[in-house]
Order: sequence, then C-alpha cells, then structure tokens
Amino acid sequence: MKILVCITHVPDTTSKISFTDGNTQFDKTGVQFIIGPYDDYALARAVELKEQSNGTITVLNVGEAETEPTLRKALAIGADDAIRVNANPTDSYFVANQIAAIAKEHQYDLILMGRESIDFNSGAVHGMVGEILGIPSLSPIMTLDIDGTTAKMTREIEGGKETLEAELPLVLGCQEPIAEWKIPNMRGIMTARSKPLNVVEPTDNSVRTQLKEYQMPPAKGAVKMISADNVSELVNLLKNEAKVI
Amino acid sequence: MSVLVFIEISEGAIKKSSLEAVSFAAGFDSNVTAIAFGEASADSLKIAGKAGASKVLHVGDTKYNDGNIQAYASAIAKAADSIAADTVVLANSSLGDPVAARLSIKMNASLTSNVIELPDTSNGFVVKRSIYTGKAFAQVNLTEGKRIIGIKKNATTIKEDGADASVEAFSAEDSTDDFKVKILSKEKATGDVLLPEADIVVSGGRGLKGPENWGMIEDLAKTLGAATACSKPVSDMDWRPHHEHVGQTGIKVAPSLYIAVGISGAIQHLAGVNSSKCIVVINKDEEAPFFKAADYGIVGDAFEVVPKLTEAIKAING
Repeated sequence: MKILVCITHVPDTTSKISFTDGNTQFDKTGVQFIIGPYDDYALARAVELKEQSNGTITVLNVGEAETEPTLRKALAIGADDAIRVNANPTDSYFVANQIAAIAKEHQYDLILMGRESIDFNSGAVHGMVGEILGIPSLSPIMTLDIDGTTAKMTREIEGGKETLEAELPLVLGCQEPIAEWKIPNMRGIMTARSKPLNVVEPTDNSVRTQLKEYQMPPAKGAVKMISADNVSELVNLLKNEAKVI
Repeated sequence: MSVLVFIEISEGAIKKSSLEAVSFAAGFDSNVTAIAFGEASADSLKIAGKAGASKVLHVGDTKYNDGNIQAYASAIAKAADSIAADTVVLANSSLGDPVAARLSIKMNASLTSNVIELPDTSNGFVVKRSIYTGKAFAQVNLTEGKRIIGIKKNATTIKEDGADASVEAFSAEDSTDDFKVKILSKEKATGDVLLPEADIVVSGGRGLKGPENWGMIEDLAKTLGAATACSKPVSDMDWRPHHEHVGQTGIKVAPSLYIAVGISGAIQHLAGVNSSKCIVVINKDEEAPFFKAADYGIVGDAFEVVPKLTEAIKAING
C-alpha cells in the first residue's frame, strides 16, 4: 500500500503570536516550528499501517527550505521518502492543487493529513484534494482500519461518531485517537539523514483568497476574583454584569 | 444574485448554528435561500424564515438522511446553480467543513471558514476570520466571483423578526460516485445539550479526582441548561468520552459562558475555549494559569464551591 502523508510546518502550540510589516507577516522570531499536531496523528497511523501491510510512506509538505527539518523529523518517525513543493503556502486551494498534482503522478492508495492546520484552521485541504482527484474525502477521522482495499473508519459528528466504510483510494483528515504520536528514536534520526527528500516546483500558482492584514484580539481585562464563601456574588455578576445566565 | 445557506438538521429540527448562518447571510443580502437534507417536516423548516430566509429547498430523499459529504456537496452545487447564487454560507461543523471544501472546487469558488463578522464589500469581498486557534484574526479578500463562507459558532445572533419561509422540494441528481462511502452506523449522545452547539458549557479537569465525582458537574450543567465537557487528561484516562474533550486537539467551543472546574488551563486547553464570551475558573490552586484567561475566578475546593454555585443558581431561577 502506497501512503501519502501531507504535513504542515506550524508554530508550536505554546508560541506567542505576533505580526510584522504592517501586520502582513507572521513574526517568526524565537518561534519553534513543529509538525502540525493533527498531521502527527495521521503520520503515526500511517506508520502502523505500513508495518501491517509492508507498504511505503511518502511525506509531503508545501513550503520553503526552512520546512526541511520538519520533513526530516517525519522521515525519522517512519516515512520512507519526502517531497517538498518549493513555495510559500498562502491559500488552501493552492496547497490542495500541489498535493493533487503529486498524487496524480504517483497514484497513492491512501492520502492522510490532519483535520486542519493549527495556524489557519481551515480544515479544507483534504476535501479539496478529494474533489480534484474525484475520490472520496472524509474528516475528521478518529479510527482507521484497512482490510485489503476496504477502509473502515469512524468519523466524529457533533456529540458522537459514525462508522463508515469505503474502498481505496481515499483522502482522510485525521485527529486523535487514531494513533499515539510517535517520537523518533536515535536510529530513526540517523537513517532519516540519508532518506530521499525531493524538491519540486509548484505546478500551478493559482490562489482564491488574498490576505489583507492580520489583527490581534483586544487585550483581556483583569480577572475579577470572588471569595469561595460568596458564590452568590458570582451568580449576581454572571446575571447582571456579564449577562450570560 | 442570491445567497444559498446550507442548513443542518438534527432530530428533525434546524440546528442553532445553521440558524446563525441564515441570519449572517441575511445581514448582507436580502435574497436568502436555504437548503436542507433528510427527514424534516415543512413546519420545522419554515422556521428558517424567522432567521432571514425567504425559501427553503428540501432534499427529502431518504438517501440524504445520513450526512453524506460528497452527495451534499453535489446537491448544494446544483441548487446554487439553479438559483444563480454567488455565495454559499454554512456553519462550521464536522459536516459543514468537509462539505464546503468539496463544494468550493465544484463551484470554482473562494472558500474561507471561521468567519466572525459580516463582509466588507467596499473594496472586494473582505471577511474577518479567526486564525491560530483563536489567538489572532485575519482580514481575507475572497477574490473569485463565487465564494463559500463558513461561520464560526456563536459568532452571530439569530434574527427572529422574519416571516415563515416557503418550503419547496428539491431533487438532487444522484450519482453513484457520490455514494461510494457507506455509513454503517451512528452513535450519538441523546437527551443532552450538544457540546458544539451549547450556549453554556461546564467543564471538569483532573481536579475532580475521578469519574465518580462528575455528578456535581452534571448537576450544575443541568441547572444552567448547559453541556458538559472535560480536559484532555480526563478524556485520556477514560473518565469521560472523547466527544467531551475540549482543547487544541479536541472540540473547540465558543459559548457565552464557559465554567472550568479543576482545570489548570494548559495552553492547549485554552486554545479550545478562548473564543468563549465569558470564562469562569474554579480552582484550589491560586497559581493556576487559567485565572489569567478568566473573567471571574474563585480560589477554592471544587467539592465545596460547585454544589453551592448550583444551589445559588437554583435560588435565582426560583
């Protein structure tokens, strides 16, 4: 089974968010970048499936050269080779087009990625890729089992889950508890250095959205502390000041 | 030109978040049509009119009961074409998001989600959306002639001043390609307020010490008409089901009131709740980082404070 895992290169969840250049650029100063947490779940499940099926994993990122350490980490976790589409991703449609072009060329059985990136939170790329390729796309996927060419999955729905079945090929947006995150071991880190990382240029530069500017939320006021012996004061404030009950 | 709104049905009624999407659409266009799928009575669909829709197209074929992503996207694209809609609006949800993604390719449309304000059309079609899991916003211009807009839950209020909508049957073109995914079963919590839709959420963390102590969280939630939720460690330890886990990798909520009990406030948890309008934190550790993100805080033992709070709310409700 040939599996493609698409990963994002995103600021660590604890990063302080700020912008530069008149609020048009993300300020990367001092920011640690990681594999998107949802993508990490997708990669971990792919590694398990590879072990079961004697398959291969290609990991893909649309990004500039600075994302290569993130791709190397994915190789250390268990991917066999990597592809970097050499472009600064600014738009879900642009990213989906690049992934679909690679997928058309290499014919994967399964295309996995996180349910969304944790920077732009669009949750759109998997669906766009599925539609461009003309194959089913499902998200958010919580469990995935493959029997031959049949995939059985559970998908989160509001307040519960549904169980689904479909034939490969498929595009899936993943989330926990699909697998436990995998931490690269020393052997993985060493072998990742010699695994192929191919750089290709984007096939189509079309975008459908244009960022005008970033904004920060207004500063939050100080917390109002209430004595544990006076909970009726809290109820009063919630009713008459915050007007939320 | 007109706007089409995809409305989701739950237990035969239009979901609150979908009524918010209808009202959002009515806020920038006077010609709003809605489309709904699956079993629902005409009376239950007419309600969309109160929120601002003039007409509801109803795909009542039972094949469409189950929330099939591909089939919904195909039918919505056909409906948008039939009424010459240039904009499709929907609520961000586990169904709305994947449907919107496929629909954007079918319609050659710009797509953006997590929108929180009406568009500015003075120079293009610019919307404000939440990014970095609520830590910042982006002003985004949708550059195509057609666009799809996902509305963040609780980002807008539901209008109730409209008249009943007319309801028309709409026939979607069946394609076997759209039904390749088989939905085998659904497991849904019943009788509770659904967490993603809730206006008030009461959430518990490790400070509750064990699942046997969740009764007081449920009592407070019941008194407030709220949903219950939990932090990631609680879900990981199987004290509570995964669909109650709120946070970066769980459900993201944006209720009017979020009450956190015995949750220290790790940044991953805050990422799931920081769009709440009002946050109350109850924790015995006065150094808990959650207090910095809270509007109101009580330093105290949850086992003493929460029952007192429940009684105080009962008292004002008579």
